[in-house]
Amino acid sequence: MLKRRIIPCLDIQNGRTVKGVNFMDIRDAGDPVELAKRYVDEGADELVFLDITATVEKRRTLIKLVEKIAAHIDIPFTVGGGINSIEDAGNIILAGADKVSINSAAVRNPELITDLAKAFGSQCVVVAIDTKWTGDMWTVFTHGGRNETDLETVSWAKSIERLGGGEILLTSMNNDGTKSGFALDITAKVSEAINIPVIASGGAGSKSDFRSLFLNTNATAGLAASIFHFGEVPIPELKGYLKESNIPIR
Amino acid sequence: MVAIINYKAGNIRSVQNALNRLGVASSLTDDPEEISKASKVIFPGVGEASTAMANLRSKRLDKIIPELTQPVLGICLGMQLMCEETEEGDTKGLGIFSTKVKRFPQKVRVPHMGWNDFTLLDSELFRDIATLDDMYFVHSYYAETCDDTIATCEYGGSFSAALQRNNFYGVQFHPEKSAGKGGRLLANFLEL
Repeated sequence: MLKRRIIPCLDIQNGRTVKGVNFMDIRDAGDPVELAKRYVDEGADELVFLDITATVEKRRTLIKLVEKIAAHIDIPFTVGGGINSIEDAGNIILAGADKVSINSAAVRNPELITDLAKAFGSQCVVVAIDTKWTGDMWTVFTHGGRNETDLETVSWAKSIERLGGGEILLTSMNNDGTKSGFALDITAKVSEAINIPVIASGGAGSKSDFRSLFLNTNATAGLAASIFHFGEVPIPELKGYLKESNIPIR
Repeated sequence: MVAIINYKAGNIRSVQNALNRLGVASSLTDDPEEISKASKVIFPGVGEASTAMANLRSKRLDKIIPELTQPVLGICLGMQLMCEETEEGDTKGLGIFSTKVKRFPQKVRVPHMGWNDFTLLDSELFRDIATLDDMYFVHSYYAETCDDTIATCEYGGSFSAALQRNNFYGVQFHPEKSAGKGGRLLANFLEL
């Protein structure tokens, strides 16, 4: 049976992991490769690296980092943040990333999704959607949640599928950082409306939040950052708990 | 030397990285002579089948590969191109494995993406790998089961997770991205 995936997300700035981590036996918690290796050993199913630097000169640092991750990590990984063109994406894929995640650039230029899928295959193209409930609909936001668009989330997700996107990373801004659970309503709606995999993100605070996600939606993966970094929810414990709940987990 | 066939089909360096982690030297090459002389040949690939096949033909690799006598391992698209034909771009394959490649039905989410277990037959390729072990799959087309099938996976029906005929092996999943058990499979292949 195809397993539901648990995906830690690492924020990267100038080639280093940002936000603290409290794993005990990591020599250098700022080194993304060290942290990534730790997650692989713990049974993470994939990794997402989100670069929050995004200035041109610093992109070279990112490419070097991607090469280093690819050399040391033997599970699939996605790189996102500031990817605006087929050239940006190509550099990251050629450096060894299995997938790239695009967000604002896809809203501005939806053809980029198609171009990337043609050049590298749909399986390489993750389109991230930041969404927020704005009173009468779930609205798509760009630029790290700063810019409101007039796009409705489910219809944008359908467009992404039609344009050739291989996977959707759906983050609820209402839930992100609250540790009150994933946004089950919009995650269920998006994952039922489309036939490509959906990664749910934003709001994970406990093991039972992942259980609710997998029991109540068709999301194929759950993503979180700080609860893994700070050891609040150790991945082996989370996976054991989900297995006991009869959710298919590696 | 292990040859990794380089035919502009996606990120094939990840296979070389995996061999490096096993301490095995390899070369990325499209040179027929180097490929023919290699002790082992790995035929990887992600991307679209008809484009990939055209790239193989332009280097005459479509003639070289079926003639190889050393162990050959096709991975993902590489494995699919070793079959008779694929629905992807209506592409004729190398005809090494006696099966056809089809698109997954609409009733399942496509691509089939993530970790999946598979049922395996006795093969030296699967030493220390068990039926409940998961490997990482990512594909929208699948090879039907046939006499060459040595492992099956269930997703919208049963398909070939691995194939073997004589010195030719193929796996649908990505051993280079399947953590410890994937590394084990590559090591098993290299020990053939």
